[in-house]
Amino acid sequence: MENLIALLVGAPLLGAAVLLCGGRRLDKAGHWLGTLLAAVSFGIGVALFADMLGRGAEDRTLYQHLFSWVSVGSFQADFAFRLDQLSMTFVLLISGVGTLIHVYSIGYMEHDERRRRFFGYLNLFVAAMLLLVLADNYLLLYFGWEGVGLASYLLIGFWQHKPSAATAAKKAFLVNRVGDIGLSIAIMLMFTTFGTFAFGPVLANADKASEGTLTAIGLMLLLAACGKSAQVPLQSWLGDAMEGPTPVSALIHAATMVTAGVYLIVRSGAIFNAAPDAQLVVTVVGAVTLLFGAIVGCAKDDIKKALAGSTMSQIGYMVLAAGLGPVGYVFAIMHLVTHGFFKAGLFLGAGSVMHGMNDEVDMRKYGGLRRYMPVTFVTFGLGYLAIIGFPGLSGFFSKDKIIEAAFAKGGTEGWILGGAALLGAGITAFYMTRVMLLTFFGEKRWQPAPDADQVPSAEPAAEHRAGRMPHPHESPKSMTIPMIVLAFGSVFAGAFFGLGDRFLNWLEPVTGYEHGNPPVGALTVTLSTMVVLAVGVAIAWSMYGRKPVPVVAPRGSFLTRAARRDLFQDDFNHVVLVRGGEHLTRSLVYVDHSLVDGVVNGTAASVGGLSGRLRKLQNGYARSYAVSMFGGTVVLIAATLLMRAV
Amino acid sequence: MTFPLLTVTAAVPAVGAVLTAAVPAKQRTAAKWLALLFSLATLALAVLVAVRFEPGGARYQLTESHAWIADFGVRYELGVDGIGVALIALTALLIPFVIGAGWNDADPLETNSSRWRPTQGFFALILMVEAMVVISFEATDVFLFYIFFEAMLIPMYFLIGGFGDRAHAGSDENAAAQRSYAAVKFLLYNLVGGLIMLAAVIGLYVVAGNFSLQEIAAARAAGTLDMATNTERLLFLGFFFAFAVKAPLWPLHTWLPNAMGEATAPVAVLITAVVDKVGTFAMLRFCLGLFPEASKWATPVILVLALISIVYGALLAVGQRDIKRLVAYASISHFGFIILGIFAMTSQGQSGATLYMVNHGISTAALMLVAGFLISRRGSRLIADYGGVQKVAPVLAGTFLIGGLATLSLPGLAPFVSEFLVLVGTFARYPVLGAIATIGIVLAALYTLVLYQRTMTGPVKEEVRTLPDLRPRELLVVAPLIALLIGLGVYPKVLTDIVNPAVQHTLSDVKKTDPKPEVAVEAKNGEAVK
Repeated sequence: MENLIALLVGAPLLGAAVLLCGGRRLDKAGHWLGTLLAAVSFGIGVALFADMLGRGAEDRTLYQHLFSWVSVGSFQADFAFRLDQLSMTFVLLISGVGTLIHVYSIGYMEHDERRRRFFGYLNLFVAAMLLLVLADNYLLLYFGWEGVGLASYLLIGFWQHKPSAATAAKKAFLVNRVGDIGLSIAIMLMFTTFGTFAFGPVLANADKASEGTLTAIGLMLLLAACGKSAQVPLQSWLGDAMEGPTPVSALIHAATMVTAGVYLIVRSGAIFNAAPDAQLVVTVVGAVTLLFGAIVGCAKDDIKKALAGSTMSQIGYMVLAAGLGPVGYVFAIMHLVTHGFFKAGLFLGAGSVMHGMNDEVDMRKYGGLRRYMPVTFVTFGLGYLAIIGFPGLSGFFSKDKIIEAAFAKGGTEGWILGGAALLGAGITAFYMTRVMLLTFFGEKRWQPAPDADQVPSAEPAAEHRAGRMPHPHESPKSMTIPMIVLAFGSVFAGAFFGLGDRFLNWLEPVTGYEHGNPPVGALTVTLSTMVVLAVGVAIAWSMYGRKPVPVVAPRGSFLTRAARRDLFQDDFNHVVLVRGGEHLTRSLVYVDHSLVDGVVNGTAASVGGLSGRLRKLQNGYARSYAVSMFGGTVVLIAATLLMRAV
Repeated sequence: MTFPLLTVTAAVPAVGAVLTAAVPAKQRTAAKWLALLFSLATLALAVLVAVRFEPGGARYQLTESHAWIADFGVRYELGVDGIGVALIALTALLIPFVIGAGWNDADPLETNSSRWRPTQGFFALILMVEAMVVISFEATDVFLFYIFFEAMLIPMYFLIGGFGDRAHAGSDENAAAQRSYAAVKFLLYNLVGGLIMLAAVIGLYVVAGNFSLQEIAAARAAGTLDMATNTERLLFLGFFFAFAVKAPLWPLHTWLPNAMGEATAPVAVLITAVVDKVGTFAMLRFCLGLFPEASKWATPVILVLALISIVYGALLAVGQRDIKRLVAYASISHFGFIILGIFAMTSQGQSGATLYMVNHGISTAALMLVAGFLISRRGSRLIADYGGVQKVAPVLAGTFLIGGLATLSLPGLAPFVSEFLVLVGTFARYPVLGAIATIGIVLAALYTLVLYQRTMTGPVKEEVRTLPDLRPRELLVVAPLIALLIGLGVYPKVLTDIVNPAVQHTLSDVKKTDPKPEVAVEAKNGEAVK
C-alpha cells in the first residue's frame, strides 16, 4: 500500500504539468482533466484510509522512501513520505475539499478565458499541499510549504491585470517569506542540535536537547506558522488575498493552506511539549489573533473580507489549542477539519451570491436574497450555524472543546485564555449573524453593478456589466452540489467526530492526549458559551435585523473605523517598512554610485591615476579607449616578460 | 600516452574561435552555425570529462603534465577535481545558450557599414572566452592559471565595449560613451586585481621555488615548506584581492552593474554566470589550497564582507530602475552567498557554494536571457517602460517568472538546494552570521517579485501591446535551462556525488572538520528507510 503514497502527490502534479505546458489545445477539456486528477488523488486517499483502518492503532504509520534528495556529509534530506493518522486526516481534507472546489470552479470560472491555467494552478496547489503534509522531514515539508505559497501567489494574482490583485499576491508571498526565515532557522537549529531534521529521530530525541534550544526551535516554527496561517503579527496578507477568485479563497485561504501552521505546530508537538515558554507564546499568539480577526470581521462590509477575518479568528482558536500541548492537539486538528467544511462552504456560498449579484461584494448592497437563492441560503445558513457553534452542529463540538481545554491550562493563564476564547465565541456569533442578516434578510438594497476598479475584491467579469441592475438567480448544479456536500459536513462532522471520542481515539497515537485539570466543569463551559452566543446574535439582530441598513456605511465609532482598517496594522507596515525601506534603498543607490564607487576609484587613483583616466574615458572617443586597451595589453605582456626575467 | 582530454576540451573552442573569425564577411549565418557547432562539441567533451571522472578516485584526475618554461619551474599542468568538473560542465553547457540567445545581437546595422566583421568577431570572442575559462578551471599550475585568468580580460573587454546593448535610453553617442566607460572600468578593475596577484604569484615562486599547486600544497601539508606567517598572509591577500574583484565582493563590485547593464544580455550572462565563477572557484582551489593558515586568519573579515554583499546587493537590486542592473546587483548578493559558503569551512558550506556557482549560472542565464528577449522587443531597459506584458506574451512572462523564482531560491528549483546548504553550513559554525544571511531570502523575493509585478502585471501599456511572444528559437534557448533548474532542484545528487569528495579534500587542506551536533542521535533516519 505504501507505494501508493507518491501517487497522492503525483496525480495532481501531473495535472499541473500537463495543463500548464499543454497550450491552447487543452482549453476545452483542461478543467475536466484537472478535476479528474484531484478526484484520483482523493480516491487513492480513501483507499489508503480504508487500509489504515484495517490495521491496529500502533502500526498504522506507512513510509515510502523515494530517493535521497540532498546529501552532503551528515546533511541528509530524503524524498520520503510518512502517512500516519495526522497526515491521513489532512490528505482526506485536502483532496476531498479540493475535488469539490475543482467541481465548483468548473461552473464558477466558465467564462474565464484562462480557465485551463486556473485548473493547472489548482492542481499544483493540491500537489504541493499534499507534499507538505506527507513529507517525512522538515526540509521536504519546506518544499511543500513554499509550493503552496507559490500556488497561492499565482492564484491570488490570477487576474493579474488588476493592479490590486498583483499587489496582493506579492504581499502574500513576501509576508510568508518572513515566516520562511523562521522555518529555515528552525531546520538549521535542528541540524546543529540533532544532526538531522527527519521527523522520526528529531521528535523521538527532542527531550534530550536543552530547553533553551528547544524554545528557540519552537519560536522559529511559530514564526513560520504565523506567516502561513495569518496569525498576528504576520496576518496582514490574508485580507488582501481575497483578491483571488472565490474558489481559491475557499480552498487555500480558508480550508487548507492557511491551516498549515497548525499542522506544523501539532506535528512538532514533541518539541513544544519540552519548551513551555514557546508554548505560552503560541497560546498568546492564538488568543490575540482570534480576537483580532473577530474584531476585524465585525467591521468589514466586503463579504469575503468579513469571512477572511473570521478565518484568521478560527485559526487563532486552532493555534491556541495547539499551544496548550497534549491537552489541545487533538482538538486543534478537529476544529481544523470541521472549519474546513463550514468555512469552505461559506466561501462557496459567498461566491454563489456574488455570481448572482454582478460580482458585487459589498454586503450593504445585498439584502433579501433568501427568496432568490434558496439553495445558497440554506447551505450558507447551515455553515453559519456551524461556525457560531449552534448546539449539535460541527462548530459546537470542536470549538467547545477548545474553550474547555483553554480553561484547563490552569492558573491565571487558563482563565485569561479561556476568557478570550469565550469572548471570541460571542464576537463570532455577532459578526456571522451580521453577515447572514445583511446578505439574506432585510430589504433589497441592490445597486447597479459597480465599476470593477471601485470594489476591492470584485471578480473582473464585473468590468463588462457596469451599470446593470443585478438579477439574482440560483447558481448552476456544478456549484450548488459542492455547497450541499460541504453543508452536510458542517452539520454532521462535529457530532460524528466528537461523540464517543472517535476523533480523539483516532489521532491520540500520533499527538498524545491529556485531559488536564479544568477549573470549571464541561457543562459550565458549554452553558457559558451558549449565553455569549445568544448575546452576540441578539446584538447583531438589534443592529442589523430590526433597523433598515444604510447602503453607504456610516462613519462609525473609532473602533469600527480602526477595525475597517485592520486595526491600523497595515498603515504601520506601510509607514515603517514600505516607506522606510524605500528611503533606505534610495539612499543606498546614491551611496553606491557616489561613495563606494568613488572611494574605490579614488583609492586606485592615488595609486595609479585610475580615476582620472576613467573620467577622461567617459567622453567615449574610441581613440582614447583604444589607447587604454593598448596600455592594458602592454602591461600584460610586460608582466609575462618580467616573469622570464626573474 | 593517454588522450589529452582536458587539453582538447579547452582547445576545441579556441580552434572554433579562429575558424569563426576567418569566415568571410558575407557568410554571417555560417559563422553563427560554426560557432554553435563548436560550442556543442565542447559540451560533448565536457560531458565526456564528467563521465570519465571517478568521484571516489584520486583528487586530481585526467591529469596532464609537460615542461613549459623549465628555467622557472613553469609547467603545463592540468587536472580536474569534482569542483572543476562541475564548473567546466556549467561553462560548456551555457555557451551554446549564450550563442543561441545572441544569434542576432551582432548583426551589423544597415547604417553602420563597418569594415570588420562584427558577427564573426562576436562569436569568435565568445568561444575564445570559453576556451580560457575552461583552461582556468583545469590548470593546476599557478602560473598557467594566472596567464589565462588575465588573458580572458581581453576578449571580454571587446565583448563589452564593442557589442553594446542596442536598447539604450540616451543617444547613440551617449550609449557608446557609457559602453566604453563600462568596458574600461571592467578592464581596469580586473587588471589592478591581476597585477596585485602577479606580485603574489612571483612572491610564491620566490618562497616555494615552483608553481605546481599539487607540489606546494603537498609540501605545505607535510610541513616541508614553511612560510613565515606574514609572508603567507600577504601572498594570500594578493591572490584573494584579484579573485574578490572578479567574483565580485563588496566593495569591489561597482564594475559589475556597469558591465552587465551596457553589454548585451548574452554577454552579461557570460560575465556573471561564467567568467566571474573563475574568481570564486580560485578562492576554493588556490586561496585555501596554497594558504590554509592565512585563509583561516582572514575568514572573519571575509565572512563579514560576504554578508554585506548579500544584504547590500539585494537592497541595491530593490532600488534599481534598469532591469539588467537589477539582475547585476542580485548577482552581487548571490556571490556573497557563494563566498560565505566557501569560508564557512564546512562540507555543507563548500558543497553548497560549488552547487551555488552552477545553479546561479543557470538561473541567472534563464532570467537574464528572457529579460534580454523582452528588452530587445521594446527597446528599453527601464522597468517603468513595461507593464502588463503577461497579457500579450504569456509564455515570455511565464519563463521570466520561473527565472525569477529560481533567483529567489524557491524550493523545487536548483538554487534552493545550494542556498540552503550554504546557509546551514554557515549556521553550523557561525549561527549569528547564518541567521543574518537569511534576510537575503526575503530581500530576494522582494526584488524579484517587484520586478515581475512592474513589468508583467497590471494594465497593458500602450507600447507593449504589440510585443510578440517568445519565438521558437528563444523558447529553445530557455526551455532546457528551465528543465535543468527543475531537474537539479529535485535531484541534485548528480552534482553532489561529484562535488562532495573534492570538498572533503579542500577541507582537509585547511584542516577543518564539521561541527558535531549537540545531541547524539542513534539510528539516523531510522524510521524513514524502512
